[in-house]
Amino acid sequence: MSFLNLFVAVPVLTVLGIMFTKDLKGTRIVSAIGMGIQLILAVYLMVFYMSQAGVNNLHEIIFQSDSVWFPSLNIHYYVGVDGIASAMILLTAIVIFAGVFASWKVEFLPREFFISLIVLATGVFGFFISLDLFTMLLYYEIAVIPMYLLIGIWGSGPKEKSAMKLTLMLMAGSALLIAGLLGLYFNSSAEGGPLTFNLIEISKITIPITAQRLFFPLTFIGFGVLGALFPFHTWSPDGHASAPTAVSMLHAGVLMKLGAYGCFRIAIFLMPEAAHEMSWFFIILTATSVIYGAFGAIQQKDLKYINAYSSVSHVGLILFGLLMMNSTAIDGAIMQMISHGLMTALFFALIGMVYGRTHTRNVNEMGGLLKIIPFLGVMYILAGFASLGLPGFSGFVAEMTIFVGAFFHNDMFHRVATIIVVSSIVVTAVYVLRVVGIMLLGPVRHEEHLKLKDATWFEKVSTITLLVSMAGIGLYPLWLSDTILGSLQPIMEKITMYLH
Amino acid sequence: MADYSYTLLIILIPFFVFLLLGLFGNRWKPMVSGWIGTTGLGVAFILSLITAYQYFFAGAGEAYSKIVPYDFVWLSFTDTLQIHMGILLDPISVMMLVVVTTISLMSHWFSLGYMKGEVGFERYYSFLSLFTFSMLGLVVAPDLFQMFIFYELVGASSFLLIGFYYQKPSAVAAAKKAFIVTRFADFGFLVGILILAYFTNTYDFATLTKPGTTIFANAAGITFMGASAISWAMGLIFVGAAGKSAMFPFHIWLPDAMEGPTPVSALIHAATMVVAGVFTVARLFPVYYFQTPDVLILVGYVGGFTSLFAAVIAITQHDIKRVLAFSTLSQIGYMMVGLGVSHYGGEEGLGYMASMFHLFTHAMFKALLFLGAGSIIHAVHSNMMQDMGGLRKYMPVTHITFLVAALAISGIPPFSGFFSKDEILAAAFQTNKLLFYTEYITAGLTSFYIFRLYFNIFWGKDRKYEHTPHESPMVMKIPLIFLALAAAFVGFLPFHELVTSDMKPFETVTHWNLVIASVSIGVLGIGFAWFLFKKENSKPAAIAQWFGGLYTITYHKFYIDEIYLFVTKKILFNLVSRPIAWFDRHIIDGFMVGVGTVTVKTSDKIKGFQSGNLQQYAFAFVAGALIIVLSLLYYIG
Repeated sequence: MSFLNLFVAVPVLTVLGIMFTKDLKGTRIVSAIGMGIQLILAVYLMVFYMSQAGVNNLHEIIFQSDSVWFPSLNIHYYVGVDGIASAMILLTAIVIFAGVFASWKVEFLPREFFISLIVLATGVFGFFISLDLFTMLLYYEIAVIPMYLLIGIWGSGPKEKSAMKLTLMLMAGSALLIAGLLGLYFNSSAEGGPLTFNLIEISKITIPITAQRLFFPLTFIGFGVLGALFPFHTWSPDGHASAPTAVSMLHAGVLMKLGAYGCFRIAIFLMPEAAHEMSWFFIILTATSVIYGAFGAIQQKDLKYINAYSSVSHVGLILFGLLMMNSTAIDGAIMQMISHGLMTALFFALIGMVYGRTHTRNVNEMGGLLKIIPFLGVMYILAGFASLGLPGFSGFVAEMTIFVGAFFHNDMFHRVATIIVVSSIVVTAVYVLRVVGIMLLGPVRHEEHLKLKDATWFEKVSTITLLVSMAGIGLYPLWLSDTILGSLQPIMEKITMYLH
Repeated sequence: MADYSYTLLIILIPFFVFLLLGLFGNRWKPMVSGWIGTTGLGVAFILSLITAYQYFFAGAGEAYSKIVPYDFVWLSFTDTLQIHMGILLDPISVMMLVVVTTISLMSHWFSLGYMKGEVGFERYYSFLSLFTFSMLGLVVAPDLFQMFIFYELVGASSFLLIGFYYQKPSAVAAAKKAFIVTRFADFGFLVGILILAYFTNTYDFATLTKPGTTIFANAAGITFMGASAISWAMGLIFVGAAGKSAMFPFHIWLPDAMEGPTPVSALIHAATMVVAGVFTVARLFPVYYFQTPDVLILVGYVGGFTSLFAAVIAITQHDIKRVLAFSTLSQIGYMMVGLGVSHYGGEEGLGYMASMFHLFTHAMFKALLFLGAGSIIHAVHSNMMQDMGGLRKYMPVTHITFLVAALAISGIPPFSGFFSKDEILAAAFQTNKLLFYTEYITAGLTSFYIFRLYFNIFWGKDRKYEHTPHESPMVMKIPLIFLALAAAFVGFLPFHELVTSDMKPFETVTHWNLVIASVSIGVLGIGFAWFLFKKENSKPAAIAQWFGGLYTITYHKFYIDEIYLFVTKKILFNLVSRPIAWFDRHIIDGFMVGVGTVTVKTSDKIKGFQSGNLQQYAFAFVAGALIIVLSLLYYIG
């Protein structure tokens, strides 16, 4: 048994534990302990990986374990992580830990809520430890299904409609994805050997270019729907607006990254020739996402819509970086996955906390809140600074790395696309400061807001965890970027093979 | 080589003070925070003086070297392209260490009295420390990217301090405006860095600015729209510099930034942050001079235009802080002109030296003017000139120190501004006559508007004050006196032996005809102001009347703000952002929802086929088979 299986086992045990709890308090404590252990494991994994990579400078995939699952189709349960997957696991563990504390106040069917939430996280953890396409897809679906229940039951506003929209769009993405993955499977053997879903095995051969041209767009768009690729992003604003706080956090923070990770780990990694050929088309789409999302966010009034559009913009930047297909830009894109995951989770947590007090998410109905709820206000401003890419937070590091990497292409098309994308730093500043200015600064707009209470201890745990993680990357980014760059080496060999 | 490792403390002390006050400042009495901040800065100030002494005076009088006492890799993009963080000591950065810590200490000190009793006193001091940290990090940067990082941090701390009175809508608006305008300029800066690093594969200043370097060879012959790639890069970096230094057309944020507390205006918006752009150009001066002389000329003209433009506006303003803000723009324009007309090396590099000299003296007298204005505002509780008059009787110390600063900025010998301004004029005279005359006229306007301010505040008619204005407390007077001494005497510093373009001392020649010309236009300006404003009379109003529309246009700052507002509000918001939001909700989402609806509708329509009616199935089966058979026959036949 691999150490990695613990990342699935701990959440499953936590879920079992919750089933046996009697009251709200027990549910909370079991969830918090379970996810706390998970966080410790994730930190251990990251540190262990870094020490391994540092000593041997090998950057191999560690904790590999392979067991046959469906012999007839050659489906394996094959796990293993490199630095990138470890970082994604760490991100997930941080966000779910913060998410549990942000959901402390859920009182309607709390046991069912926490169970769904942790099942969702289990799917995500499973996805990141897997190296077998079939297992990955399975875990991916495990993560998507609880989403429907979580939004449909614990959501707000037109929750059934939003849940339906979100699930259907993601399922449509899955349909493309299944077609893409099957395409990989049936092309996975060059000389008539056994077919395989094994990611590493497939990466050792070159998929025929005709097959790549068909299956790359299917896979990329399939994951891209989850990663809010323009124009398939419209589930995101409605879904987030209706979702309960922790679900928004997990969804924007982790699930959208799962989409981007899939685009990278499966679509681009396994089919680099087609990715290279078609990158121009997707670069146009992602560059559009970046600017379009940012301008879209300026006009919104609902805090969650603002953040959803902002996510479209920031996640567009991730896919943009991946499509640049050089190690610097991909390094930046992966850091952006982590950075945006933490940042947007913090935003959604804060929005939930503010909403829980003011009972509105309309910015125009708030004003001067910094005076009344200073802790939450300061946190919101810091999250805003992180969002607009202020140095000291992770967003700056990630964005700059993407920009520098993208600038290595010296043709006019890439240059123009890059400069358009870079200009988003200005638009981002506009919408972030607009919200901060209206909601937190200025005179207090409503008398009844004067009675609001500032953050409770569990809210502080949730937000501080996220903020400290962001600053940890932002102040000294080298540990993360070196780990990612190291793990990228074997991947880049494959991706840049077409050049030779 | 001497040991400079302690310079790290100069940077880190303000940072830790910021963290300490930011996290725990509300646990103790406000004054404690004030004293922690001031003491921390005091230590940094003393260390800076030690650094300056060790660097400039402890060694023998030959060329200065670039010393890097501290350096580490912060982030690596590739094996060769990395962001370094560290400390670089050379004449201009050591000079800036002294300037920043001096003015910051004075502002800290002054604020102990000025901000006493304000809500958020500890927040104020933590932000001041954050700003000082950012500014110090900027000036010691050995790496272009580090400079950019601290550009951003400086912008953010400026945002926080301008918006210190965050419940006041105008302060919030001003803070946002300052941040967004400078961010826009930073966008240019960033693209400039990207282009430059693409060709040179380095961010290191020492590598970039080495004269005769071949690092730009990669970019040879590459042009875009008539300018070389390096010109574009350096031009865009200058855009960033112009944003921070509020050069036209990015100047619009600076007058509004006066919404911040007055000591903040003295520190950030007069002496330190706004000269970051000048510093950046000076830092990259060899690149500008050797690689892109075309951009350097642009620097000169932008500076020249801004200095004249701002001086004209300053004449018409009534808010004393805004007069000083426009005056700052104008004086920074001088510094840009100094760089723009300079050559590299020896006496030819007079403009560079003069520009740095003016930066230094300007920091002293402009900070003094602002702190003096703060002292006045503290006494009369108004920013407007109309509410002031005859204050010399009530506030003797403020009066005398203000007068010293006014004489310094007017270029009257032996006050400091005379030396630096005169050398800029001399440099311009040698290289570019147009810029020389622009700056010469501006010198006259400068002494006129500053003495208009002086006479209106301290002379003129006694106003009816709510309570008799009183002199500020000792804690505010000490910084004023200190800065007055500096403003009076720093002109005697031998800058040509300390801060030069090639780091080698040179001898200056005094051009007596220029000295006489510049002093006389300064005196003329003062005399004219004395004639108009010494006693309250109807002459100024009559003159304003005579200029008519021209006066109104100037008073409204040439409507540049309105133009910006039109572009951002009307065009970007209404014609870009709003349509995008609508398009997304109605077209794209509409399409996705439409796909769902069509699916539902279609299934509704075709579900009738599955009726369970055997005859219907049989009919469809036979008909289908027939069609297939017939079409097969058709194709075969």
